[in-house]
Amino acid sequence: MSDSHELSRRDFIKVTTGIVGGLIGAIIGLPSVYYLIDPALREGGKEAWIPIGKFEDMQVGTPYPFSFTRVQVNGWERTASSFGGYAIRKSDSPEDLLILNSRCTHLACTVNWSAEAEAFLCPCHDAAFDIEGEVLDGPPPRALDVYAEHRLTEDGIIEIFFKEA
Amino acid sequence: MWKNIYLWLDERIGFNDLYKNLLDRPEPKTNWWNTLGSASLFLFILQGLTGIFLTVYYTPSPDHAYDSITYIMEGVAFGWLIRGIHHWGATLMVLVVFIHMLRVFYTASFKYPRELTWLIGIGLFLTTLGMGFTGYLLPWNQKAYWATTVGTQIAGTVPFVGEFILKALRGGPELSALTLQRFFAAHIWIIPAVLAALIGIHLYLIIKHGESHSPTKED
Ligand code: HEM
Ligand code: FES
Repeated sequence: MSDSHELSRRDFIKVTTGIVGGLIGAIIGLPSVYYLIDPALREGGKEAWIPIGKFEDMQVGTPYPFSFTRVQVNGWERTASSFGGYAIRKSDSPEDLLILNSRCTHLACTVNWSAEAEAFLCPCHDAAFDIEGEVLDGPPPRALDVYAEHRLTEDGIIEIFFKEA
Repeated sequence: MWKNIYLWLDERIGFNDLYKNLLDRPEPKTNWWNTLGSASLFLFILQGLTGIFLTVYYTPSPDHAYDSITYIMEGVAFGWLIRGIHHWGATLMVLVVFIHMLRVFYTASFKYPRELTWLIGIGLFLTTLGMGFTGYLLPWNQKAYWATTVGTQIAGTVPFVGEFILKALRGGPELSALTLQRFFAAHIWIIPAVLAALIGIHLYLIIKHGESHSPTKED
């Protein structure tokens, strides 16, 4: 066997090892990356109409509190998350309803209506929002979120449109 | 620039020596049976990687173990592939390690100066079996539950200390959440650490002594 022959045989083995190794790496590596980031690629977003109360129970000028829970399936577990808000009736028309989300826009504590202060107060960092949800005081960067869509059912119940994050 | 980085590293690490001593070792003329040690090493690394990936979703609790595995198989992208490799790789590894051991025995490679390599090898075989035993319980299905019941019961028949061994394995007199949790700890931390250390010594000894020649008629 000549020297050059010996060398090319070695090179052949090196190249083959590289290619086979690379292939095995890719076949296992790429699916692994997908496997790891899979939860981040999920589209959530189940939609529902959720009843929050009777229209006739809501009084003009007094925020009407409501809350509801949604069960979400996360992997192998069901997690119940609570949501809440205030419906603010402005006139006789069911159209004329402002529905605020009571989740503080600062760091997600729950705000409460205080009749005394005439404001939504956040217990966490002393924020205050007015009855329209605008920031009066404290660290929140923007007004309270609103549930933009609602409807009145035949039984006189207000339902809001809810989309999971 | 890459060349400069390479040269800087090479000067301090010595890639050439590494390459010569680790990969370019002289080998006697042998056959494919002598690749089974390297195959064992490859399977160990593969089991390690897929195992780490499995822990991203698996939960070692009686309430969720089974559901989390069902989720891996049906809910996560390529979960079936990762688990499939780990599942079949486990059986394959026991098989390959065992055949590697038979080959070393058959070629009488356990003789001087490789007795220690052989003894460490026995440790490697036993810990590989330990990986299989502890891993088998983790899905927490009927087969796993009863296999572990029987396995730990057998350990319990040892004279005098049997009951102690049984309780130590189960974390109590019966199979429970504690059993699952300690089997999990053993499967992902304790036994792999021992296995990795033993492999390190094994490989050191192999590089030190070099591969044995195949015995000839005269031997
Ligand atoms: C996790 C399990 C194991 C790994 C990763 C492993 C790895 C290796 C590797 C890479 C070699 C180089 C030669 C070859 O591939 O044949 C080797 C040789 C050797 N192995 Fe293992 N091994 C394992 C288990 C065992 C077991 C169970 C035994 C015996 C009880 C054993 C005894 C030996 C001996 C004595 C040699 C030297 C053989 C010679 O120089 O010809 N090994 N091992
Ligand atoms: S979370 Fe409401 S003020 Fe900080």
